[in-house]
Amino acid sequence: MSRKVKEIIIKNIFLLFALISIVILGLIILFLFMEGVPIFTVVSVKDFLFGTEWCPTYDPPEFGIWSLIVGSFVVTIFASIIAVPLGVLSAIYIAEIAPPLIKEIFKPVVELLAGLPSVVLGFFGMAVLAPWMQETFDLPTGLNIVNASFLLALMAVPTISSISEDALYSVPQEFKEASYALGATRVETIVRVIVPSALSGISTAVILGMARAIGETMVVLMVAGGATAIPESIFDSVRPMPASIAAEMGEAPFRSYHYHALFATGIVLFFLTLGFNLIADYVSHKFKEVGSATL
Amino acid sequence: MRDNNVIETKNVNFYYGDFKALTDVTMNFERNRVTALIGPSGCGKSTLLRLLNRMNDLIAGTRVEGEVIFDGTNIYDPQIDPVDVRRKIGMVFQKPNPFPKSIFNNIIYGPRLSGTKSKAELEALVEKSLRQASLWNEVKDILGQSAMMLSGGQQQRLCIARALAMKPEILLMDEPTSALDPISTAKIEELIEELKKDYTIIIVTHNMQQAARISDKTGFFYIGKLIEYSPTEKLFTTPSVKQTEDYITGRFG
Repeated sequence: MSRKVKEIIIKNIFLLFALISIVILGLIILFLFMEGVPIFTVVSVKDFLFGTEWCPTYDPPEFGIWSLIVGSFVVTIFASIIAVPLGVLSAIYIAEIAPPLIKEIFKPVVELLAGLPSVVLGFFGMAVLAPWMQETFDLPTGLNIVNASFLLALMAVPTISSISEDALYSVPQEFKEASYALGATRVETIVRVIVPSALSGISTAVILGMARAIGETMVVLMVAGGATAIPESIFDSVRPMPASIAAEMGEAPFRSYHYHALFATGIVLFFLTLGFNLIADYVSHKFKEVGSATL
Repeated sequence: MRDNNVIETKNVNFYYGDFKALTDVTMNFERNRVTALIGPSGCGKSTLLRLLNRMNDLIAGTRVEGEVIFDGTNIYDPQIDPVDVRRKIGMVFQKPNPFPKSIFNNIIYGPRLSGTKSKAELEALVEKSLRQASLWNEVKDILGQSAMMLSGGQQQRLCIARALAMKPEILLMDEPTSALDPISTAKIEELIEELKKDYTIIIVTHNMQQAARISDKTGFFYIGKLIEYSPTEKLFTTPSVKQTEDYITGRFG
């Protein structure tokens, strides 16, 4: 066999495998839409998204997922409030401040957090955090927004931290030297030059961390409490979309309206995470092209 | 003559880890003069330059022996804050390195950190520094634009203006024209000629013609040692050491 033929065969094998992955993903999305769209024969898109009653097993059933969407956003936002400072500051510490020895310990430990199975975190939330919170704050339940947000934050920190770190490392050494040579201290250099130069990467990190939190299922299923009502306090229970799907799919009869409604919830979730990823992509490219522009 | 010295090194040895990059360098730099440091790559000339404003502190595992006397004090004295040293001894780098900020914000970066707050004062400083770096006429209408939009030569003059805005006593230049085209290089050389009225300039250069054109005194380095240090004209016409002669006539390096 000539070298040229070999090249062509190898090229096509790679193409085949790449195509298989893409086709499978495409089929999953197609399936998601095929199973989700039929719900809109009994409920309008507007009522589905903004209806506040989620009672899929009542007669007649109500398919309004607004409280689930709110639940998802609330835990994601609170998780970000905790995870963004933790993730970004730890990235700054690891990339710019820590002496080499500490850096070598901290970096893998933070990354190890990412490898922690979410069910383990959820278990910790249920068995330790929830009873403690219930007792300390005298709450009806410890399975609530705060608990879920805290655990989601733990899951988002490694994502935010490691991507921010990469962004910080890619700030040219020349900028740092210029700053020091003008009599800036280390803190001034970090705050005024390094972080602003890495801002697009850090923003990307934050958005991807949020995408991770909004799509996470096990933790919210275990510790968010599962109430299908719009929360009034941060100690209320909520049922974020992934938790709803995971909890109810097992009991929803095949191809019933409930089943279709859960798939439709999956579509909403799909668009949300897709949106987060597109924003992350846009942010990281936009700033890159104009050479970080003026800060 | 001694009063004329702004900064001097006394028996300086410098190490990167175990590697000895400078050996017993004793050298004085005179006020309002341009001193050039020349020598083949790796001879320690840039190391010496960066030692004069403690930029080498930023590299882990480096060590200095000996003294560097500036304003009557040893800048390597443990009680001296390197930040204070760098505010008085400015530096311009090989590759133009403006911040990804506006031209205006590039200039006021240092002064604002060291306490100049008033807007009028900062604006005056920006104009003065840019005029000194003969860049004012080219950028006076685009001060709010990103410094990254400027050409390489303009960026380098901006970096000079940025260093001048700190009103330093000494300006260190580490091969400031090596990344520039001949026209930009000529402009910077003219500028150096102009600046020596007000500042002491120490310049590292790979380009021997450049050293010959712009400097008053030249030091020749070879493998971490100061081989010869004399008035530029003498060094280039009648060097007293054989190695210097070999280098400037192009026999090695």
